Amino acid sequence: MRAGALGAVLSVAGGVAWRTIHNVFTTPSLLLPGVLFPLLNFTAFAGGLSRLHDLPGFDFPPGYTAFQFVFILLQSAVFGGVFTGFGIARDFETGFTRRLLLAAPHRSGIVLGYAIGAAVRWLFTATVVTAVAFAVGMEVGGNGVDLFGLYALALLANVAGILWSTGVVMRLRTMQAGPIIQTPVFLALFFAPVYVPLDLLQGWIHGVASVNPVTHLLETGRSFVAGDAAGAGLAFAIAIGLAAGFALWALRGLRKAEAAG
Amino acid sequence: MTGTFWMQVAQLARRSIVRTIRQPAHVFPPLIFPLGLLAVNAGGLAPATKLPGFPTDSFLAFALAVPFIQGALFATMNAGTDLARDIQTGFLNRLALTPLRGGALVAGLLSGVVVMGVVQAGVYLTVGLLAGSGLASGVGGALVLLGLSALVALGFGAVGALLALRTGSGESVQGLFPLLFVFLFVSSMNLPRNLIEIDWFRFAATANPVSYLIEGIRSLVITGWDGQALALAFGVGTALAAVALAGSAVALRGRMTRT
Amino acid sequence: MTAREQGIVAEALVREYRGGIRAVDGIDLRVAEGEIYGFLGPNGAGKSTTVHMLTTLLPPSSGTARVGGFDIVREGPRVRAAIGAALQEAALDPLLTGREHLRLQAALHGLSRADRRSRGEALLERVGLTLAADRKVRTYSGGMKRRLDLALALVHAPRLLFLDEPTTGLDPQSRSALWQEVGRLAKEEGVTVFLTTQYLEEADVLADRVGIIDHGRIVAEGTPSGLKAEIGRPSVEAVPANPDERHRLTQLLERFGEPAQGSPNGVAVRLETGTESLVEIVRALDAEGLDVSHLQLHAPSLDDVFLAKTGRSLEGAAEEPSAEPARA
Repeated sequence: MRAGALGAVLSVAGGVAWRTIHNVFTTPSLLLPGVLFPLLNFTAFAGGLSRLHDLPGFDFPPGYTAFQFVFILLQSAVFGGVFTGFGIARDFETGFTRRLLLAAPHRSGIVLGYAIGAAVRWLFTATVVTAVAFAVGMEVGGNGVDLFGLYALALLANVAGILWSTGVVMRLRTMQAGPIIQTPVFLALFFAPVYVPLDLLQGWIHGVASVNPVTHLLETGRSFVAGDAAGAGLAFAIAIGLAAGFALWALRGLRKAEAAG
Repeated sequence: MTGTFWMQVAQLARRSIVRTIRQPAHVFPPLIFPLGLLAVNAGGLAPATKLPGFPTDSFLAFALAVPFIQGALFATMNAGTDLARDIQTGFLNRLALTPLRGGALVAGLLSGVVVMGVVQAGVYLTVGLLAGSGLASGVGGALVLLGLSALVALGFGAVGALLALRTGSGESVQGLFPLLFVFLFVSSMNLPRNLIEIDWFRFAATANPVSYLIEGIRSLVITGWDGQALALAFGVGTALAAVALAGSAVALRGRMTRT
Repeated sequence: MTAREQGIVAEALVREYRGGIRAVDGIDLRVAEGEIYGFLGPNGAGKSTTVHMLTTLLPPSSGTARVGGFDIVREGPRVRAAIGAALQEAALDPLLTGREHLRLQAALHGLSRADRRSRGEALLERVGLTLAADRKVRTYSGGMKRRLDLALALVHAPRLLFLDEPTTGLDPQSRSALWQEVGRLAKEEGVTVFLTTQYLEEADVLADRVGIIDHGRIVAEGTPSGLKAEIGRPSVEAVPANPDERHRLTQLLERFGEPAQGSPNGVAVRLETGTESLVEIVRALDAEGLDVSHLQLHAPSLDDVFLAKTGRSLEGAAEEPSAEPARA
């Protein structure tokens, strides 16, 4: 891409990202659910299920709070992207996205802008969730590099989430797309070893979780927190692959939206 | 109560049901999401049955009570958003210009919610039985379970109506919906209260009325006939319905200011 | 005419909102049975608040009113039984069909099952919705919704009908159809119609009498022709054939009246005398050799009445911020 074209894409992306961030941070009804839902899940899982740590074969030295923290962080990242997708759908219903499509010289900047907005939104959520986790006594075995790895992995999950939802919204262009965006994400997240390690799962859920790519992200995230970055390469490869695949999905969706006019 | 009152209730109940059926977003999520969560938890939390003192060896049976409450929460939101939309669009004013009694308006709306609640409960129970949960209290227990579900739908539906009448805004009702989920999550939905390790959570679950609704339904599924659990569930359900209905009646008087 | 026979009588009707805003500030009204009364005013003038009070949906802060012979405060249910209302928002349920709306409304008014069906069918036919009766209302056009709204207001055969801006947003064809039906109701069925509008033409065409409301007060009342005649001086507008002669044309026309608002290229004056001045203007133009490409006589309009009574044009007044808080 020529420097001028790149500048134009970044300019569009900056404008769209600013608007997304501005809207989220000035509208409590948009900001709070993205923060409160992870905290609610964290409370219910880490608080209500901590006894599961006593199960035979449950070996996670940092404790059940840290075990659940990793899931909540990943969940908040992916759903941060999904919530931004709802915003795009709302923009389609109000006609704002068409205004963007008309005004933007390089429309891929629109997708990039929404992705940047979603990332900033999630970083706020991640900060709150992390602060609460440490406040309730979460223990971490890993060092700063390990934690950086955890957040980088979650950020890639966030990017994948926004690109997935953008692709759906660009094709359907309505708020009715909500369940279609959420349901696969919900299933992918919960058909992973959410409450106990993979080895303790039995039956069909074990089979599904074993082939679910989210399982690798989750287990690697937990290994970062435990101070043992086992399987990090594969997890990052999966995360980057998901983000790249959904980027293609989103950009093809954008072309369909353009064609629909 | 006169025949006119009941005719008005029947007409508005009919409208409530027709509206619900015609909105797929009001029919499928209350069925799919609770059953999806049940499937996920029945698999993912199955190892919890190995904890000493866990009351059953089937987490599916243990967790089957949760969809009944989760479905009722959806009913809360649907009833609330429907009524709020009526307020926002002026439809309530149209109704206010007829000889409709305020009580019939709320009763009609809630009758529809209760009917849908019982239908949902039938689906949850059927799916649970087909998935191998079993029902320790037998056929009689199934009828009591449906009755309790109706009471829970009435109570939660009245909460939805109260929220709508107080705020007059569908968005506000939807915004308050997550708060209602706090009651579900901070309850004995995933573990029996005596197995909850963290003190504050156990205390919150004990103080949370939703725990008793879940435990009443759960007792019918995994225990059989547990008089105390059922009495607590029906007591809490009745109290919830009474308080929410009284609140709705007061809010309705403020909302329908006709002379 | 006894009080009970009268259509609508209001005395010193006031509605004050929090903060001391008087949306309606002492209105006196008298609408005879079978009359179409047009309540004309800009947005925020207090029209809808007045309708809400007269239809018992909003208690007045002070003052009294009787509708169909019944007190709006003490006899609310009897007032509601006597009236039908189509309020500003076409309050319909998008998920119900037109027929289901009529059935529900008729049932709530206590009509028997047989009456519900026959009345519903008759009304659907009358408002031209028979073919669309089983379609959900969300598929209706704006005009269809307004017609259904009217049918719902008529379901219990009311003696009085309140229509709050019934044609706002409608295309000319739908507007004309609704006017016809309202006119027929008053003439053939003797229904008293209280109609609010911000359209001059609507009040002019439809109303037997017009009340002009501004800032919560009635500033003028009478028949449309009477009101126009009251202030009524016509105006003349001319467009010079040669734009350079605009100044000369202005000087000439100002001999016949004071300046008035005209088109951008034209010059307009409100005539001091009646339409007979037109002949003299033509003679003067001829005598001074001034060619005009366009010469038109404007009869006084209700906007002129509004302008004369408030110092503002009705259309301009509508741009002002609303003084009528929405009901929460």
